[in-house]
Amino acid sequence: MQSLLLKRIWKTNLTLSFLQPLFFFLGMGLGVGSLVNDRPTSAEALGNVSYVAFLGPGLLATTAMLTAAGESLWPVLGGFKWDGTYEAMAATRLTAAQVVRGQFLWLAVRMGIAVGGVAVVLAVHPDTRTWGVLPAVPAALLCGLVFTAWLTAWAASREYDSSFSMVQRMVVTPLFLFGGAFYPVDSLPDWLRPVAWVTPLWHGVELCRGFVLHTLGAADLLLHVSVLVVWLVPGWIVCNRFFARRLYR
Amino acid sequence: MPKSDQPVIVARSLVKRFGDFEAVKGIDVEVRRGESFGFLGPNGAGKSSTMRMIAGVSPVTEGTLRIFGLDPAVDGSAIRDRLGVVPQADNLDGELTLLDNLVVYGRYFDIPRAECRARARELLEFVQLADRANGKVDALSGGMKRRLTIARGLMNRPEMFLLDEPTTGLDPQARHILWDRLYRLKQQGVTLVLTTHYMDEAEQLCDRLVVMDGGRIVAEGSPRDLIARYSTREVLEVRFGAGRNAEHEPRLRGIGDRLEVLADRVLVYADDGESALREVHSRGLNPESSLVRRSSLEDVFLRLTGRSLEE
Repeated sequence: MQSLLLKRIWKTNLTLSFLQPLFFFLGMGLGVGSLVNDRPTSAEALGNVSYVAFLGPGLLATTAMLTAAGESLWPVLGGFKWDGTYEAMAATRLTAAQVVRGQFLWLAVRMGIAVGGVAVVLAVHPDTRTWGVLPAVPAALLCGLVFTAWLTAWAASREYDSSFSMVQRMVVTPLFLFGGAFYPVDSLPDWLRPVAWVTPLWHGVELCRGFVLHTLGAADLLLHVSVLVVWLVPGWIVCNRFFARRLYR
Repeated sequence: MPKSDQPVIVARSLVKRFGDFEAVKGIDVEVRRGESFGFLGPNGAGKSSTMRMIAGVSPVTEGTLRIFGLDPAVDGSAIRDRLGVVPQADNLDGELTLLDNLVVYGRYFDIPRAECRARARELLEFVQLADRANGKVDALSGGMKRRLTIARGLMNRPEMFLLDEPTTGLDPQARHILWDRLYRLKQQGVTLVLTTHYMDEAEQLCDRLVVMDGGRIVAEGSPRDLIARYSTREVLEVRFGAGRNAEHEPRLRGIGDRLEVLADRVLVYADDGESALREVHSRGLNPESSLVRRSSLEDVFLRLTGRSLEE
């Protein structure tokens, strides 16, 4: 059986895609961190770690999400409507399912580079230099794949990009801000907390932070991974359906 | 029937419907291995819809379709593996070089990378773009992009090459270069199937063709057969000035086999155009301009449908 993996040569400049999270880490982590760490109540709220140690792992998951958002909206619609990329692929022996697989693999590579860049920064900083960073990377990727699936499915179902800015503003950005990367979700008002618990980002953040800070128990690991998988599987199925429908009209 | 004698395309009562709209209304087609086959018709005739079904990317609504003896609904991937495709709109990758466009495409067929590179270079030579191998696709003219798309469609050494309106939008020189390349392919034994609304393209490239209009096939045969069957050997075109062509029709009656009055001219179908022209003059008529030419598929289409190929 032939390999189902798609290889796409992409000569775009990939090195820049982890500079943004690096800036976040430095700006927020060190900048805001220096404010936060001085306050006596912080230590307990953050779980007795410095702000950098709290934020850093969270940024692994958010970086995956933001990369997914950046690559799964306009580029996917473009692949259908403006560049004909997917149409070109579908004319070959590739099936729509293989095209989807290739798209996810490509996203995993993109996210991997961005998340990998953040992981390198974490590995360098003394507060986060730990082996826990290693399993946190695939955890972040799993989280990112959930966003890949649903955003790609959304884009694949659209004829125009008019909704994309709204998706960025109303879904991605709020998750980025309220998903638990920058502060514990316990800080959120009571009614908002359960909302956070449903989101894939929060589970991704918890997984990453749990690995890096060694606070992840087996039960929690199972819970977070399960929730992400429950989010991912239908997204994957929907993606396949939309791609097949669009490619085989 | 030995494999080489089996028709590569067999379509029976093929129908394609998009919701309420029936683009292909039940057509029967057979294409033999090694022949150069055309679907000739105006825009909206259903040619592209038919091509997409043949290419295994559009599900058949009704009827049967077999490509290489296989059912595209079941063996789509295996069929597409043996096809080469040149779509109507170029979908090249603007961010990659010419060579990389070909190599990536070849990789989709699981061809080893080294072989892809070698094949890509060979094909760039074939389409006369080798000097631009490492250049940007965006810098290419329309004709060059189409040649690159042809090269790309050949990466998997297809048994059958499908081209949807291959020279639409190209200047005459580009068209001739393309036809020359396709003719060479034909000589190499590749089965060619193309759609076009240009009668000269159909005449130049096709051994056999079907004329499509409104989702149906209205005629079938070689270009020469069709012209012999539906037209005369030659055509005399006479123009009497804007708005004044129709009024001359009664006075032209009897000349040649048939008359066709168009908005801008009258067509006199006769086996000998020059003698028809002499007859016109001998009747005291003095057209503004006249032209004697051989019959073309345009005349066949006009005869069959009452309309021109180019809307």
